[in-house]
Amino acid sequence: MKIAIASGKGGTGKTTIATNLAYIADGSGRKVQYLDCDVEEPNGHIFLKPKIEKTRAVTVDAPEVDLKKCTGCGKCGEICQYSAIVHLADNNVLTFEQLCHSCGGCLRVCPADAIKPKPLNIGDIESGTAGDIEFVQGRLRLGSIRTVSLIKEVKKHIKRDSLAIIDVPPGTSCPVVEAVKGADFVLLVTEPTPFGLNDLKLTVGLVRALHLPFAVVINRYGIGNEDAEKYCKAESVEIALKLPDDRRIAETYSSGKVIVDVLSEYKEAFFLIYEYIKNIKARIDDKR
Amino acid sequence: MKIAVTSTGKTVDSQVDPRFGRAAYFIIVDTETMDFSAIENNNVAAAGGAGISSAKAVIDAGAGTVLTGNCGPNAQRTLGAAGVKLYTGVTGTVSEAVQLFKSNKLAEAAGPNVQSHFGAGN
Repeated sequence: MKIAIASGKGGTGKTTIATNLAYIADGSGRKVQYLDCDVEEPNGHIFLKPKIEKTRAVTVDAPEVDLKKCTGCGKCGEICQYSAIVHLADNNVLTFEQLCHSCGGCLRVCPADAIKPKPLNIGDIESGTAGDIEFVQGRLRLGSIRTVSLIKEVKKHIKRDSLAIIDVPPGTSCPVVEAVKGADFVLLVTEPTPFGLNDLKLTVGLVRALHLPFAVVINRYGIGNEDAEKYCKAESVEIALKLPDDRRIAETYSSGKVIVDVLSEYKEAFFLIYEYIKNIKARIDDKR
Repeated sequence: MKIAVTSTGKTVDSQVDPRFGRAAYFIIVDTETMDFSAIENNNVAAAGGAGISSAKAVIDAGAGTVLTGNCGPNAQRTLGAAGVKLYTGVTGTVSEAVQLFKSNKLAEAAGPNVQSHFGAGN
């Protein structure tokens, strides 16, 4: 089963929910995978403290032009929508590999077979274990824009028999779509502030467009206002959990510790989310 | 000799657009006759690669020189590859910029003067 933890707004507590859920599910004897798809800024490792056993570089194809073969037709530059390859005059062809999206168009339209794919390193996949939790994270190379490609690689590690917990990047753009795609259920973590609500609405729109079942977790409950709750009620969106605003949670978080490990009174809350997810799976299966 | 000036409008009386890749127009001026034509820039709202595509547009228009406010590294590399001379930090109207250029009062840019995406938020 695949659970994606998303939020829209950054800093609402995706990683807090994801890592604590991983801990509780693992403690309940479930086989758990934690996949950090927030590849521009993976931070689940700070809390799970995994032993990284394997690091693998991920490459994508970028064009390499053999100017001796180039006939100067300009077709490569015409097909490229990202200006990653640009034809100036005669056989003056420039490539900007960082802008390439690896569509392969330039390779295919070149009548002179002058363009070959060349591997471009976009980042690393680091995998290992945190106790019994299987840990996988992507780490995008500085300057690379290939977030989606790296997230795809992280998700290839998902095993069918595991509870795969996917830590999704913030926002509502392509990397988020890629990270939540194929999830059995999405937990949307929000905070009860106008900022949290604004981005929650955008993210609800996103998961609805993707036809993904979802529920909301209100973190830092007690701050801000009641608009997030009112919105959920009006939109018939289920609230799976309200996690109170508690300074001790913030302190635990900022010292890189897992809440359920330090503040045992919150074990029940995360256990409730875990149960909620287990039940929702049954409910989804029933609906089908 | 043809030069390209980034412009906020369609004539030589328009202000120089401080952005290269996302300039509203490129005014192509013949420095001998002062005849000019305006090219509307299709890259104003491009998601990325605006500088490169804009450089390609002015190169295709036959300009050997670019006068603009700011130019990033990708556009600068593209212009340089085609042998186009680049002058940054240019302000005033297009016609004033051309006069400064003709009287050799502009200094050629040694490289890009801003980072990529500098003009994207303007």
